[in-house]
Amino acid sequence: MNSPDLQSHLVARRLRKSYGSLKALDDVSFHVGKGEAVGIVGPNGAGKTTLFGALAGSFPVSGGQITFAGDDITHDPAETRCAMGIARTYQVPRPFLGMTVFENVMVAARAGGGLSAAPATDHAAKILEQTGLFALANTPAAALGLLDRKRLEVARALATSPDIILLDEIGGGLTEAELVQLIALIQSLKDNGMTIVWIEHILHALIKVIDRLVCMAEGRVLAAGDPNAVMQNADVRRAYLGSTPE
Amino acid sequence: MFEQLLQAILQGALLGGYYAIIAAGLSLMFGVVRFINLAHGDLSILGALITLSLVQILGLPVLAAIAVMLPLMAVIGWLMHMFLFERAMKGGFLLPILVTIGLGAALQNGMFGIWGSDTRSLGASIGSLAWSSWYLPGGIILGKLPVLIFGTAVIVIGALHLMLKRTGLGRAIRATASDPEAAELCGVDARQVHRAAAAIAVGLAAIAGVFLAMRAQITPYSGPAQLIFAFEAVVIGGIGSLGGTLIGGIILGLSQTLGGLISAQMSLLSGHLVFLGVLIWRICREEKLAHGGWRAGLKAVLGLSSKRRKLASGDLS
Repeated sequence: MNSPDLQSHLVARRLRKSYGSLKALDDVSFHVGKGEAVGIVGPNGAGKTTLFGALAGSFPVSGGQITFAGDDITHDPAETRCAMGIARTYQVPRPFLGMTVFENVMVAARAGGGLSAAPATDHAAKILEQTGLFALANTPAAALGLLDRKRLEVARALATSPDIILLDEIGGGLTEAELVQLIALIQSLKDNGMTIVWIEHILHALIKVIDRLVCMAEGRVLAAGDPNAVMQNADVRRAYLGSTPE
Repeated sequence: MFEQLLQAILQGALLGGYYAIIAAGLSLMFGVVRFINLAHGDLSILGALITLSLVQILGLPVLAAIAVMLPLMAVIGWLMHMFLFERAMKGGFLLPILVTIGLGAALQNGMFGIWGSDTRSLGASIGSLAWSSWYLPGGIILGKLPVLIFGTAVIVIGALHLMLKRTGLGRAIRATASDPEAAELCGVDARQVHRAAAAIAVGLAAIAGVFLAMRAQITPYSGPAQLIFAFEAVVIGGIGSLGGTLIGGIILGLSQTLGGLISAQMSLLSGHLVFLGVLIWRICREEKLAHGGWRAGLKAVLGLSSKRRKLASGDLS
């Protein structure tokens, strides 16, 4: 495994996000280096998806600071962050249902990637090829099954030509065979130098790709570092495995 | 009798073109921005009065006046959305209604202040177009202006359709209509898209206003009636569907001219009745789909669902 450039790329310092008295993010500090792949695990309600929302600009944070490539982006709207190179996918895919697969990707290529019509078309075709959706290009997004919807989430994110991609439980709900295909896709992204942050409950899928693991619980970072060391951590075992109803 | 009927059908269908243009803006605003602009009719009249002044005071040719007025109205639409509608939308569902009713009242009285209450028309400025016709075999008379209006409606709606389907802005508009948050994560600036939609919608209203002023008399208070026609055409054709808007406009126009055959007073009423009929049919169809059949659906609409069934499902408390 080639060691990632540890110069931090996306950095969150002491992020806070409250919904009334609920602290969804409670002093979360997080960083990812250029070309690094970081996994995030944690029980439901740990604040993982909230962290993604804060990083991608889906809502304003209650406190803390986010920098990307050295620039303070804490108060930038989502579309600005997208243009800067931060892309995210949703846990439950949210394709533009009335549009075809190709059109979904084109929206992202033009608005997010800043490409004009002809290069955007080429770019979209390349992304569809890469994500295995090429044959479905003219299918309405509403007609896609779960695996293809998840692929479309990734394709749409990639079409914005990001530096960093935030994947939210992209493997959830897939069969083992489908998961293998998806892992191969994410590994290929990593091999091409993409920075990846990946929330996933399916540990064995995650471990194959990531360099570093972060475990969150109750809005805080419990442990971070080498994946195996994090999973051996006593706090992590208690919070994560202990609270999982088996 | 047969000729009269054919004449009414042709006139009604052509009248539908006018309704489709004014309805398309309303439909676009609702479909993309989820915003109902109750001042849409008044904006349409504003566009017409501005055109009138450009023609009658500055002496511009009608087409040149329209070319000046349209960008101006689009900018007004953009700014209105930026400063008024965006804020109103943050205040829940009631605020946009109150704000746009107020805007409508302000526009009507503002136009009254500037232009006075005289009825005005562009009819005198468009030469023979106002009255000349084609005479078809069988005594059918086809007015050139209604044909021009209908042709424009088809072109405008077709262009709008192509814009939504083929261009980057169009896809951004559709993406934003489908899921604004996801669209922003794809780099789409949803607020700019909404402003663009508002600009297009006000531009469409203004085109309709100019045509209204060409074929009829307008006053600063003509807007609300046009709003009602626009609403009826949108609802008949199906909200958010542009092709449907054209069909809705034609159905409304047909109902009015065919009603007019029965008696001159029936014209508007029969349009409203057809609108009500379509509305009731839609409600019944929803219930049919929800209850799995026309009989059960109609019973649910009429509140006649049987006691026995409620007893059986333990729903009677």
